[in-house]
Amino acid sequence: MMRRFTGSMTFGTSAILALLSFAAFAGCKRPAPANAALKATAQGTALVESSGGHQVGVTGTALKDPLVVQVNDDHGTAVPGALVEFQGSAGVSFDPAAVLTDASGQATTAVTLGAIAGRYELNAVTPGKAAPVSLAIVEVALGYQERVGAILADKYCSRCHDSESSPERVSNYDNLEVKPHPFTDGSTLNKMSDADLTSIILHGGPALNRSALMPPYGNTLSASDVKALIAYTRTVSDPPYQPPGTVYERK
Amino acid sequence: MHLLRKYLSSAWQALFGDPVRAFGVVSLILLLALAIAPAKEHFSQWHSFQRKYLALIHDRGDAISLRRRFEPGIHQIWLPELGVVDRCTTCHLGLKEASLADVNQQPFRKHPVVPHPVDGFGCVICHGGQGQATTVAEAHHSERAGEEPILPTRYIESGCGQCHQNSLPGTPQLNLGRSVLARYGCVHCHAITRPDGSKVEATDHPPSLAHIADKSTREWIFSWLKDPQAYAASTTMPNYKLNDSDANDISAYLVSSSKPQAGDSAAPSAKPAAAADPAAGPSLYGESFCVSCHAVQNAAGNLVGGDLGPELTRIGNKANPQWLAAWLENPRVYDATTPMPRYRFTPQQIATLVAFLQAKSDSDYGSGVHLDAASPQQITHGRKLIVELGCAACHEINGVQKPENFAPDLSTIGSKPLAQIVFLPGMEHSLSSYIVAKIRQPRAFGPSVKMPQFTLTASQTDALTTALLALTARSRAIPDKLRVAAVPDSKYQPAGHAGKLIAELACFSCHRFNGRGGDMAPDLTWEGSSVQRQWLGDFLHNPNTLRPSLIRRMPRFNLSDSDNKELTDYILTVYQSPAIDVDLASVATNSPDVVEHGKQLFYSKYACQSCHIVDTKADKGYIGPTLTQVGSRLTPAWVYAWLKNPQALRPGTAEPNQNLSDEDARALTAFLTSQKGPGGRGAKQ
Repeated sequence: MMRRFTGSMTFGTSAILALLSFAAFAGCKRPAPANAALKATAQGTALVESSGGHQVGVTGTALKDPLVVQVNDDHGTAVPGALVEFQGSAGVSFDPAAVLTDASGQATTAVTLGAIAGRYELNAVTPGKAAPVSLAIVEVALGYQERVGAILADKYCSRCHDSESSPERVSNYDNLEVKPHPFTDGSTLNKMSDADLTSIILHGGPALNRSALMPPYGNTLSASDVKALIAYTRTVSDPPYQPPGTVYERK
Repeated sequence: MHLLRKYLSSAWQALFGDPVRAFGVVSLILLLALAIAPAKEHFSQWHSFQRKYLALIHDRGDAISLRRRFEPGIHQIWLPELGVVDRCTTCHLGLKEASLADVNQQPFRKHPVVPHPVDGFGCVICHGGQGQATTVAEAHHSERAGEEPILPTRYIESGCGQCHQNSLPGTPQLNLGRSVLARYGCVHCHAITRPDGSKVEATDHPPSLAHIADKSTREWIFSWLKDPQAYAASTTMPNYKLNDSDANDISAYLVSSSKPQAGDSAAPSAKPAAAADPAAGPSLYGESFCVSCHAVQNAAGNLVGGDLGPELTRIGNKANPQWLAAWLENPRVYDATTPMPRYRFTPQQIATLVAFLQAKSDSDYGSGVHLDAASPQQITHGRKLIVELGCAACHEINGVQKPENFAPDLSTIGSKPLAQIVFLPGMEHSLSSYIVAKIRQPRAFGPSVKMPQFTLTASQTDALTTALLALTARSRAIPDKLRVAAVPDSKYQPAGHAGKLIAELACFSCHRFNGRGGDMAPDLTWEGSSVQRQWLGDFLHNPNTLRPSLIRRMPRFNLSDSDNKELTDYILTVYQSPAIDVDLASVATNSPDVVEHGKQLFYSKYACQSCHIVDTKADKGYIGPTLTQVGSRLTPAWVYAWLKNPQALRPGTAEPNQNLSDEDARALTAFLTSQKGPGGRGAKQ
């Protein structure tokens, strides 16, 4: 199906050049600074995260909960009317990107993550009294495969592996004699290779001399399901997972 | 002028003065002309991306193999069946290179893992944009007639929906969008035909207004029409932004056209027990599991309860007590197709429930509304408005015909050309932003737009947009064999007196049988093979929950003994799985040794106690059903078949298939079927 064309174009050089320059222009276009109209009436000395950090969202979509940060002064009291600007890597957008803190000293923004799956490190910055103060916030975006993994984990795994309990969904974590590892537990799971995780999922805990409380899912989940589960685990892992480098054959 | 002519003539002399010189100059011009094509290619945008790609892979460890797979020139994916001619891979060179997963620089990133390879499906089928273009501007941002820019990532699941008409596990947003489309009644006005010719059906249940005057007052109708969400925040009824006189006239027509229904105005025959026992109402409401389907706003303002039936926070403001009593006695008299079961309440219970529900009212709601008797002009005008606004597209209204094709057909909305769209000032020129704006604020597009204001969350709007964007011309043009058809609910209808009971109890509202019904409760298609007669009869008399961590939802229906027996017999006879061999694992031959062996397997080899409870003192498993009396609930043949392959009996169940040997499965079955009573580790032989 792949076909190759080589230099068969005829005329229109100038048109191409014009398009190129347009593209270059479009690429350089920057949105006007959003905080132009905002006038800070106060300044704080510290930024703390109130809520909305460590969310797991989906690439290209808005996070479920807004991101809320609070500006405090030296005594730890909230500062209303301070300017907070939000920054993120390419593809992340904030609505609004700059905001004044409300009466309770909190700045709220809706975050839309970029199109690439993985960890996003966002920054909230406030000018501060002496020097700008910044706060790092971590959010996670799931791509297609990771989200399939998340859906499977929710169905088959999280009732035991997630100790978070709610009335609608009671966790089984506390009932187990041998505690399962939460999928976010990077300090343990990052040390395990994909092959080890695959064999535990397929053949159960005893495959790696671990507890039989972990049943085998080899006849229930497909190979792509298992890959999706592992991809999900790697993405939500904290501390973040570093994939092993590729080993190349010497020339 | 003279000077210019002099210069020109001397230039002519210099270039073409003699034949040799002229030949040389013409050759040079020809050479330059010939150089245009290669030069243009050299300076083209895609060529510069290919050079950048080579520079990027130059220093990588696997440069040799990457370079070997790199092909210079324009690439094209041509798939005539899908209508795809994509040259995107000319610049997006790393799409298939697994080792480039760490490169975040576009256009060289590896494509994330998706079920379909780029060679077989191309790019524009999911991402939109212009596949044939070879510049970024044309490919990504073109807005010319018949073209459209690439789709924002958040609607990417619409690509899946073009071929997959069924619900996929990996596309929650598309699935939500399709359910919003059906649940909010969009298809009552906008017809949507799937590529295979089937229609998208609404799943909401707009009430008939033929007897509305029995149920409610004109004042309530007026307040409701003005702002439905003020009465019930969760209602799917949109706001038509009517002014007072229009709302008044519509309510006048609805009340004047309403015909009384026998029984709705009968005075209640029993006094509520509330006077004697104030807790009787709440406890009957709780015991009947009304909350499984109906939500009520709690003190904190959160809705608690299901969304199958209407919200009951202010039901006392709306419903007339006589109507409510008649409805609770038998809902099918007023509405033959309601999902509400007939509970067989005693008159005393009905009176108690009516008193309890009547107390759920808000004295502020509609307090300022006092309507004078309607004049004939008002009634005529009300009817005219009802016809204009298309109320009868959703609701049955006496004297008004259900309009056909009331609103534009949306079967190919996902391919609506940008040239046909009138964008609002300041709006991004793309189909997705148009659809979002139209859903959010339809009336912003002009005063003549009839579409009402729906109350949807941001994620519902995005999901609905995704579902609409999937309705493309391409999805209709591709061959049928490339499409995965939607799975419609079957039209299964059980027969006989039991069938009538199943319809009256509205079992289908929660349970699924033979491909029809809800998903709130277990699928009962093979229930007859699964359970024992005694247990089923007792359960129907007095249901209890099987799973410790689940909220019980099955109500008590106060069935008579003969009805109970009828239903039990029917379920046990009809809902039998052909795959289950009843004689296979008979308990009669189980020796105590086998039972003991099964117990060992249960606790050590298979560690079933991680999810199930057999011994209420020692086991803590909180996921699967409690098995303390499984021996008196399930048939041994079912337990055996379940252990061998749970997914075969109930697709999608969370219990893993452990691939048990026949011997292990028999021993476990023996152990489980010996668990007959509450407490303890079963019968001690």
